[in-house]
Amino acid sequence: MGCIVQNISFNHANGNKALKNISLSVNSGESIAIIGASGSGKTTLLNLLSTALKPTTGFIEHNGSNPWLVSKKALKQIRATIGTVHQSPPIPSQQRVVTAILAGRLGQWSLLKSVISLIYPLDILGTHTCLERLQLGDRLFERCDRLSGGQLQRVGVARVLYQAPQLLLADEPVSAMDPVLSDLVISQLIHETVSRNATLIASLHAVDIALLWFPRIIGIKNGEIAFDLPPAAVTESMLKELYASEMDNLPMQSNRAV
Amino acid sequence: MKHHSSSGRPYISDPAASSRLTLLAVSLVILWPMLELAQFQPWLLLNTENIEVLGNFLVQFIPPNTEADFLRIVLVATIETLAMATAGIALAILIAVPLGLTISHSLSISRIGPGSNYLLSKFIRYIARFLMLFLRGIPEIVWALLLVRIFGLGPTAGVLAIAITYGGMLSKVYSEILESGNTLPARALLVAGSGRLAAFLYGLLPSTAQELASYTVYRWECAVRASVVAGFVGAGGLGQLMDQSMKMLNGGEVSTILVVFFILVLLADNISLLIRKQLE
Amino acid sequence: MSTLTDLKIARQFCIKCLVIFFTIIGLTIWSFTFLGLNPIRFFSFFADSNIAPFIARFFSPDLSTPYLLRIGNGILETLSISAIATLLASIISIGLALPTAGRFGPTAKSITRFLCNFLRSVPELVWATIMVLAVGLGPFAGTLALTLHTAGVLGRLFGETLENHPTANNTALVNSGSGRVAAFLYGTLPGIYPQLLSYSLYRWEMNIRMATILGFVGAGGLGQMLFYELSLLREPKASTVIIAMLLLVMVVDAISNKLRAAQLHSMG
Repeated sequence: MGCIVQNISFNHANGNKALKNISLSVNSGESIAIIGASGSGKTTLLNLLSTALKPTTGFIEHNGSNPWLVSKKALKQIRATIGTVHQSPPIPSQQRVVTAILAGRLGQWSLLKSVISLIYPLDILGTHTCLERLQLGDRLFERCDRLSGGQLQRVGVARVLYQAPQLLLADEPVSAMDPVLSDLVISQLIHETVSRNATLIASLHAVDIALLWFPRIIGIKNGEIAFDLPPAAVTESMLKELYASEMDNLPMQSNRAV
Repeated sequence: MKHHSSSGRPYISDPAASSRLTLLAVSLVILWPMLELAQFQPWLLLNTENIEVLGNFLVQFIPPNTEADFLRIVLVATIETLAMATAGIALAILIAVPLGLTISHSLSISRIGPGSNYLLSKFIRYIARFLMLFLRGIPEIVWALLLVRIFGLGPTAGVLAIAITYGGMLSKVYSEILESGNTLPARALLVAGSGRLAAFLYGLLPSTAQELASYTVYRWECAVRASVVAGFVGAGGLGQLMDQSMKMLNGGEVSTILVVFFILVLLADNISLLIRKQLE
Repeated sequence: MSTLTDLKIARQFCIKCLVIFFTIIGLTIWSFTFLGLNPIRFFSFFADSNIAPFIARFFSPDLSTPYLLRIGNGILETLSISAIATLLASIISIGLALPTAGRFGPTAKSITRFLCNFLRSVPELVWATIMVLAVGLGPFAGTLALTLHTAGVLGRLFGETLENHPTANNTALVNSGSGRVAAFLYGTLPGIYPQLLSYSLYRWEMNIRMATILGFVGAGGLGQMLFYELSLLREPKASTVIIAMLLLVMVVDAISNKLRAAQLHSMG
């Protein structure tokens, strides 16, 4: 899905200017990593792209439609083509993994199908396949509160994989995972762009993952775009400036505090 | 668990499916006879005869009866209801205080050490507990019905019914309040040889008075509602008036009484809130 | 100077207490006079000959087997009325909870709030008399009356629970295109379900007590049996019904206390 972001800014209710005058353009099939210090505005940008938030000024277009100017029905259809992986998966703790994953297609199902699936899951095979891609297939019928943090994050990713959206947004999707699992999850997300020509925009805290996997890196500092370059063009000094507010070391997979 | 179907593709079954199915089956087995016993026949709602009667009755609700004569009767009935609640609670306190004091463990002399009346006081306590259960366990409307048979129609039966049931309720809560507070002063007095009543007045009452009073006022508010309910079996007040109007299918009168009832309940709620705030 | 004003305030406050105290005493005494209740009359009543035998007849309850079977049926009827009414009301209330919590906009919220308040303000007895007009005498009228009243109570409780519940899970589903009802079923209901169940069970316990009372206006159960026997002046049979009512209340009390203790234990 192609996106156009034009001069958007976003102010929180308390007056805090999270984003100031950002513009960028994304084509279908692209994979983009967004990096920046904590509080720089990465999550806000993703929330604006996912239509969770409405821009204070400027506009966003998905495939040429501005989601805030169309009818409620059209907005629902646009939203069904956008999938978000949250850093902390929004899944009720008592729910079973299979139901949590099935919830990904609620935007495409009729109400009757949704209700029946709640009692007896109608697509066990499909959910299992998505979970298997993340090497968690044997936990399909467990309750979500019996999973570790990293496992729960993978369930959140599986839900988005099951949804098969045209635009994948990921907000720090591997923050609770070890290097091997992070690689697995990121590779699966990028696989979506390759196999279905979906668009992937992921915000990442670990810089080395971003530089390794993504062909386009956008750095955000204090609510503005610092740079928008392929990884080869990103220099050490650019990164140091980006993370100037944090400690001396750049955040990497290897020196995580977790 | 993974199986393989005949075509060779893997097939996974939901492990929760069988238990959910069993639960559904058991629920249906219990539900069916219950529906029979409750004579659950929703199609009766479509019975044209009854609908007509109900419709005519409800239609009269919209202009509520505001004739001066009727309003005067309603006013008297309202005051009667309030008086019933107040008198009923007053008598209930008279019953609840001795009963509650007898039951409270914190005033139990036999708990401190073996005394001459150990078995006797335990026996008395058992009787008191049973009496309390008996008074509260029977719904106030049953008491009201029995008392109407004895004393005839009118507020006397209602006042006594409230006195009896609320006496039981208050005694239970009084004993709970007395047992949950700071019981050391009372204990000290009992050990020093004072009687139970003195131990209560000097040891427990000062610290628990506010809570006791607060709960009593709250119960008065409930007693106002209970007076109306008791009235339905002839114990006077708004309830009896409403029952009479309903039996005569006079929708206008019923709606006036309902409105007055809501106002009364609102008033009682606010008065109770006010008094309880003052107590704090 | 400050101690003097403190004393003044203390004295004023005490005066307020005294004023309230004496007003209450005064109103209480006035209540008795208004109702014409004379304590001496009570005792003269008991001196009357026909009261003592009336009460004495209650002390020989009818315990014959065929009558006990009817009592058993009455108990089951009362339990069924309360169970079905609570079940229906819970289902309706889940539907009412969404608009009451504001999920369908402010107008829907005001309308359903008003509806719930109306349903719960009208006393169950009044609902029962109206339902008897609608569907005739018998347990169905009682079931309907309890359903309507309980739907008002649970609708408001469920709505409050829903309002206080975090919306993140729900919002995430809506943002991937889900409809509001499906988002509620998958995102919110699993989280609030235990609390809703707890409210419903509590209400069922109260409804069992209510179901016995509603019989007095002809709505079935033990209450209708009691009213019937008393009207026919069959005191021994009536006293059996009263004993049954008492036992039912005691058993339900004991079971719910045990359940509550077990639930507390499992959560702790």
